[in-house]
Amino acid sequence: MNQRKKNNKPSLWKSIRTGLYFALALGFIAYAFQVTDIDLTEFRKPTRVTSWTRALRALAKPEIFEYEKAETIVNAPIYLPCPEGVTPGLAEQDTSGPYLVVPTCGALGETITVEGFNFPPGAVGPIGWVPSSDPAYDLLLRPEDVKVDSDGHFSYEFTLPDDRQSEDVQYIRVIVRKNVGAPVWSENAKLTWDKIIETIFMAFLATLLGTILSFPISFLAARNLMVNVKSPLTSLALSIIGWPVGIFAGGLLARWMMNLSSIEFGGVWMDIASVVVGSSVVYFLLRWALLSAEENPALFKRLLRIGALLLAALLLVFIMYDFTSLGIQLGQSLMPKPDPLSDALQPETGPFTFLANFIYQVSDITHTIMIVAVALVVGGVASSLLGRIGQRTNESLSPAPLRIINALLAGVAFAVLFMLIGAGIDWLYQIGNKMYIYIIPGAVGGALGILIALFTKPKSSLPVGLVVYFIMRSILNIVRSVEAVIMAIVFVIFVGIGPFAGMMALGLHTVASLAKLYSEQVESILPGPLEAIEATGASRLQTIVYGVIPQIIPPYISYTMYRWDINVRMSTIIGITGGGGIGFLLVQNINLLNYSAASTQMLAIAIVVASMDYISSKLREKTV
Amino acid sequence: MLQIKNLTKVYEGGVQALKDVSFEVPKGQFLAVIGLSGSGKSTLLRCINRLIEPTSGQVLWNGIDVTAASPEELRRIRRKIGMVFQNFNLVHRSKVLTNVLAGRLGYVSPAWSLINHFSREDVEKANKQLARVEIGDKGGYRADELSGGQQQRVGIARAMMQDPEMILADEPVASLDPVLAHSIMKYLEQINKEDGVTVLCSLHFLDLVHKYADRVVALNEGRLVFEGLPSAIDDKKFKEIYGRDAERVG
Repeated sequence: MNQRKKNNKPSLWKSIRTGLYFALALGFIAYAFQVTDIDLTEFRKPTRVTSWTRALRALAKPEIFEYEKAETIVNAPIYLPCPEGVTPGLAEQDTSGPYLVVPTCGALGETITVEGFNFPPGAVGPIGWVPSSDPAYDLLLRPEDVKVDSDGHFSYEFTLPDDRQSEDVQYIRVIVRKNVGAPVWSENAKLTWDKIIETIFMAFLATLLGTILSFPISFLAARNLMVNVKSPLTSLALSIIGWPVGIFAGGLLARWMMNLSSIEFGGVWMDIASVVVGSSVVYFLLRWALLSAEENPALFKRLLRIGALLLAALLLVFIMYDFTSLGIQLGQSLMPKPDPLSDALQPETGPFTFLANFIYQVSDITHTIMIVAVALVVGGVASSLLGRIGQRTNESLSPAPLRIINALLAGVAFAVLFMLIGAGIDWLYQIGNKMYIYIIPGAVGGALGILIALFTKPKSSLPVGLVVYFIMRSILNIVRSVEAVIMAIVFVIFVGIGPFAGMMALGLHTVASLAKLYSEQVESILPGPLEAIEATGASRLQTIVYGVIPQIIPPYISYTMYRWDINVRMSTIIGITGGGGIGFLLVQNINLLNYSAASTQMLAIAIVVASMDYISSKLREKTV
Repeated sequence: MLQIKNLTKVYEGGVQALKDVSFEVPKGQFLAVIGLSGSGKSTLLRCINRLIEPTSGQVLWNGIDVTAASPEELRRIRRKIGMVFQNFNLVHRSKVLTNVLAGRLGYVSPAWSLINHFSREDVEKANKQLARVEIGDKGGYRADELSGGQQQRVGIARAMMQDPEMILADEPVASLDPVLAHSIMKYLEQINKEDGVTVLCSLHFLDLVHKYADRVVALNEGRLVFEGLPSAIDDKKFKEIYGRDAERVG
């Protein structure tokens, strides 16, 4: 008895609670109705009904084919109103061809019967009032459709206008049109084809760009690889200092090489010769300096090697500049030249002009980003060299002096870091006050660095990898949360309206989301092989190449396919914000209320997306 | 000569896997490490080449302090210590030959190895090592196409590519049937006897210990509870090592 009571009480409370939950849920839904303006009265309005039936019917008839039209125009003279007295005689109509039978005159607003004979069977078109005594007058009032039956005859109750009285003769005109010949692709269909091709290639290039960039990033965003990356403060501080120093030096170096390579001597052939000779010199230098397995060479030899490497690197930059400017020249000479007399380009020279364009653009891009690439590479090298020096210092010194060195280095490193961040913020917000940009951040950074140095053990390793991992993950998450359609707006500002902007936006979004997917794959690899490779004395890079990459290739391929599929889908709408592709056309047609044309584009999107979906799932099946 | 001095490992979360373990292994010895699952055998072996970072204590190998080695030195030490694993730890999607060549990674120039290029001598050596463990014809197969016993032989060939002075074998036969177990142990014995390579091998079955090991160390809950000849393990010692409820099965 007691037990039942005990059970009852909570059950009553429970049902009240359930009821409350229901009420709450109902309230939630009700508010959602309020907010989303759910209202059927608008939907039922006659004007709405006519417009949505028209839109739906147009959408159901995608405008893909068009026919040549045979047009038959017949004018029948008539007086409005009937003149007083005798009606003037009208010219006899020619009854051998199509002709109309109408009364010679009518009253304003009167409904008369118009009959047509000998018209092309099945033709349709408007009948209307021509308010002129000239039968060729190009205006048709109150057009309404007539349809010719299979005998070439039609009969139509035509209401005469009530405000077009004239003493002169006026006309009733019938224009019927009939499709002749085979259907041809409509202008809209051709445009749709062009744009859907553009869309597919835009998605392809975005996926390619995203894959290339996200591959290395995915390792930095994989926890299992980064958690082991630790380095002592000495090494960390020196690596941080190494980046800006290296980037600055690299930038100078690249500019110097660019100027050197742009000195004209000997023309194109000299350039070609320098590229060929230079690259073979680089090859032999690299071979000699990198590929000998000699252990612990003499100091002199080691210095010689480093010298050779530096020389090879400089030469490589020089050659790259020469090579890209050659490419630019080659591309330009193959492309159609602008006519000096008019602004228009000459007609395309052949089916392979797009290759010339490719050579030109790739050379141009490489030439442009060389300086950035060289700066980054030199930065990375400087950072890792200084980091290694730091590592050595850390190992060889005893803790007490090390702490002082650490404090100094960390102070400088963090001060530099904070000042750089300050400079970045200044560029964005144009503060312009040196106190806030450099001095305060520098002081704060320096103090932070010194504090870190004082509060950690000088020999202990800091989890640098995890910090990089968290920063990388955060950046990826932020970038990923901005939709590609929104990014397109920004890129339109950079490179103008068109597929290039859309490609960049899609590419950036692809980098972020692929890097995340990839890094999750890296995190789920088997740790065993990694451990085994590590145990052989392999370096970190070798461990990745031999232990990680073979394991992640199939999922990487699969995700790349999936992403291409997504990109095709996204590029269909990225045109809405000016990103090129078929979306632009679609939105344009919808805004022009040209629903049957828009319907063609929707159909194209559906076909492409569905087939992409199918192909990518088939290919993924094969790779996994 | 390998000297382990007061080795202790405490995992994050407080699990104490090794407690003050000390012993020595003379060069060329076949040492068996026994103990229950979870007694710290794997941790011990991995602390020797610092796949797991010991909390305190020292590992001295040929007079070099492994525990204090810098990353660069550690790589040089590791490449002289081959390792064989219970789950073989081959890269499944790579070819057998590539798996074996991976044993050379500590020696080859980094630039070449990144593009998967090995010298002709290394490739010849890899084929020789495969022939030695009697799977000379399997070099072109994918690693996961091989049976378990064959995979472990690839693991041994990989370790031998390092020209090791010592091999750490972490329960190399625990995932194999008894017949295969003996064949794998025979290869390890051969390497030990013919090439003079020191072998540290953790094992489950006492008959294998009796048959192959020169000396035994036993761990129980991270503590060294026995050190001596295999024949010295009598029933009393057995109960000490494996606990009072244990029964001898092999």
